[in-house]
Amino acid sequence: MSLFNIQRDHARFKNIIKGRIKQDLKKYISNGDMIVRKGKDTVSIPMPQIDIPRFKFGSGEGGVGQGQGEPGDEVGQGDPQDGPGQGGEAGDQEGKHSLEVDLTLAELAEILADELELPRIEPKGKEILEKEKDVYTGIAHQGPNSLRNFKRSFQQALKRQIATGTYDPENPIIVPIKRDLRFRSWKTTQETDANAVIIYMMDVSGSMGDEQKEIVRTESFWIDTWLRSQYKGIETRYIIHDTVAREVDDKTFFSTRESGGTLISSAYKLCMKLIETEYPPEQWNIYPFHFSDGDNWSGEDTKLCFDILQTQLFPRINQFSYGQVESRYGSGQFLKDLQEHFHGGSDKLALSKIESKEGIMKSIKDLLGKGR
Amino acid sequence: MSIHDLPKDLRDLQTRVKAEAEKCGLDCFEVVFEMLDYDQINQVAAGSGFPKRYPHWRFGMAYDQLSKGYEWGMQKIYEMVINTDPCYAYLLNSNPYIDQKLVMAHVYGHCDFFKNNYWFSKTNRKMMDQMANHAVRVRRYMDIHGEEAVETFIDKCLSIEDLIDPFLPFQQPKEPEQKPKEDENELAKFRTPRQYMDSFMNPKAFLDQQRADLNAKKKETKFTIPAQPERDILKFLMEFAPLEDWQADVLSMVREEAYYFLPQRGTKIMNEGWASYWHSKLLTNGLLDASELIDFADRHAGVMVTKPGGMNPYKLGIELYRHIEERWNKGKFGKDYDECDNMVTKKNWDKKLNLGRQKIFDVRKSHNDITFIDEFFTEEFCEEQKLYTYEMNPRTKRYEIKTRDWKEVKEKMLAMLTNAGQPLIRVVDGNHKNRAEMLLRHEHQGQDLDLNYAKATLANLSAIWGRPTHIETTHEGVRKVYGFVNGEFSEDKS
Repeated sequence: MSLFNIQRDHARFKNIIKGRIKQDLKKYISNGDMIVRKGKDTVSIPMPQIDIPRFKFGSGEGGVGQGQGEPGDEVGQGDPQDGPGQGGEAGDQEGKHSLEVDLTLAELAEILADELELPRIEPKGKEILEKEKDVYTGIAHQGPNSLRNFKRSFQQALKRQIATGTYDPENPIIVPIKRDLRFRSWKTTQETDANAVIIYMMDVSGSMGDEQKEIVRTESFWIDTWLRSQYKGIETRYIIHDTVAREVDDKTFFSTRESGGTLISSAYKLCMKLIETEYPPEQWNIYPFHFSDGDNWSGEDTKLCFDILQTQLFPRINQFSYGQVESRYGSGQFLKDLQEHFHGGSDKLALSKIESKEGIMKSIKDLLGKGR
Repeated sequence: MSIHDLPKDLRDLQTRVKAEAEKCGLDCFEVVFEMLDYDQINQVAAGSGFPKRYPHWRFGMAYDQLSKGYEWGMQKIYEMVINTDPCYAYLLNSNPYIDQKLVMAHVYGHCDFFKNNYWFSKTNRKMMDQMANHAVRVRRYMDIHGEEAVETFIDKCLSIEDLIDPFLPFQQPKEPEQKPKEDENELAKFRTPRQYMDSFMNPKAFLDQQRADLNAKKKETKFTIPAQPERDILKFLMEFAPLEDWQADVLSMVREEAYYFLPQRGTKIMNEGWASYWHSKLLTNGLLDASELIDFADRHAGVMVTKPGGMNPYKLGIELYRHIEERWNKGKFGKDYDECDNMVTKKNWDKKLNLGRQKIFDVRKSHNDITFIDEFFTEEFCEEQKLYTYEMNPRTKRYEIKTRDWKEVKEKMLAMLTNAGQPLIRVVDGNHKNRAEMLLRHEHQGQDLDLNYAKATLANLSAIWGRPTHIETTHEGVRKVYGFVNGEFSEDKS
């Protein structure tokens, strides 16, 4: 309960902020660093202070201070304070103050979805994965002492004593009897529990530079954000490959730089192995993402890749996404090959070409825009 | 909510503090203390102390910042008091007893100031109700015209809420101006008590001549709106801007609230100084238990702390009152003292007049920050308080102490206090270029306008005025007129 109905204003303010974020979404998406992960479910986004424009003086005119020092000495640490008489209403500081906006990942995902018009994902395997959950919702007359609700019990006892005239304001001792006791009670609800796993694969051969990796990192952040908002339990796995593939943790994933050639099939094989051993498709929504610059070692291997995709991966997964990142060596064939082989697409395949940081936003839409 | 909400120990404390304050001569409204938790106090603070404000996002923003500041342990609001009768003040429920004691004494100081200082004499003491009325009215408009439309309009009004006339509340209400009528009574005539003499004293030829002169004169004087440059631009807009009824009403509410808050901005040093003087005086003169002394000293020091390069109105105010008190106790004023050039004599000057207490009460009655500094800021005070001016050194790109010369310090201080640190702006023409455009004039007093802000502000003003707006100012030493015309902000080429 609130005496002061600030909630409405607070909600309005948050909406305005979200509007700003939406406006500048492209900027935020292109600069992954601006968004700082805070804890498990929230992010913090810096943005310029919002204020109401007024006629005011430009800054830099100095002021009056108090304390030690000779003329010519520097004035203390930090910014000089505003002069006197500047108080009054809050928020009349200089515009350089930036606002730290905390958003939950869900809110961020919603903004992303609104802006890119991403469709909601209908999880598969819904009927199988129902789970029971107990939620404390109400009050009961019976129950174990460990669940006794003190406040309610006290209120009941007080009511009873006042009603029966045994309450003495001078000596306000309340003695509850069994009839007064109240306990917390729970309700069992059915909950659908859809699990999903994201398997990131990245080409770390010599041709993938830091800039390319940065793009992959940023894009995977947004993919994570979106998929997390669609599924409750989500796992992420990381695979890097050149001519051989191996599974790594996320830090290694984004920092490793190898040299040498590329055998894409190695990654797909490992991915398949992961799915077979750990993620049975009837219980998991599976999202493999593969990022590469598109240079594969040989046409043979590319064929092998098609085969793995077609016969092994596609039947088991929700969607296979391939993002081809432009590198300074130009971009390779793989995207084109995929397009040709699958005639521009299959209902399990999403393709995207990422030319630069600015292209990330479009690419996210390419990959996630199908609602699978 | 009422005083009975306070726990008994605080109720007793209030009685004690009040009695002590009255004994010292403080003259207060009834004070109603409300006990709030930190979240509630943040909510009230977001509305500048008023629990009911009209819906607007900026209160939400203030609340957001206050809450974060509290949660991150960076700030907390100790006390808040508002200028109403009865005077409402808020206590933070998590504060220890000694803090509540200090806050109460501080609040009684503020309350005495609100009640007795001349600059507050025209404020609406029932503002609590008025704010709530505004909230109801704005909500009603939102129901009719939509939240978005009304809130956006409020944004625009707030953009110019500083453009009001601080002296207007103290002027006699003007007689409604009467349009000069084409009337023979207006003409210069010779008077005669005898009716039949009139045609002899004022023959027709003479009257015709008079009438012709008058018409010629009328043609010469350009009729402008406003007749004189006007500081209350909000009022000007209410009178002349093409506003819907609800818009005019919203504008009038914003204006009324701006006038209400205005004296607080002009008396910050005096008000906080006065309250600090009295919390210190009351507590150390008997309200304090010996065991609380260290805690009190710690809190008081916290209030008085001054950051380098900053000025703390609490500190400055309390010291200046004490300085005045000492001078009037010892008789360090008047012709003899001023003309004495023997520093030793001056230093040991003591006529044992003991007029100090009376003097500071007089001062708190009639001064505001500007006159307070102007009249009582002395060389001794400047030296004692180690005050200096600082400036950005363009070579080293850092703020450096410029001088400790008391005259310069005083001048700088007065400049910063002038118009509460805001640019002085008047509307000079509502029919600029004969195209119903608005022309404002900025009285340049040494500091340039921030042009980015000026641009956005003009844009908002244009939205209310419905026609392009212009502002005449001096930028980097050159007189310039900037205009906001058809969505573009640019310098006017004449």
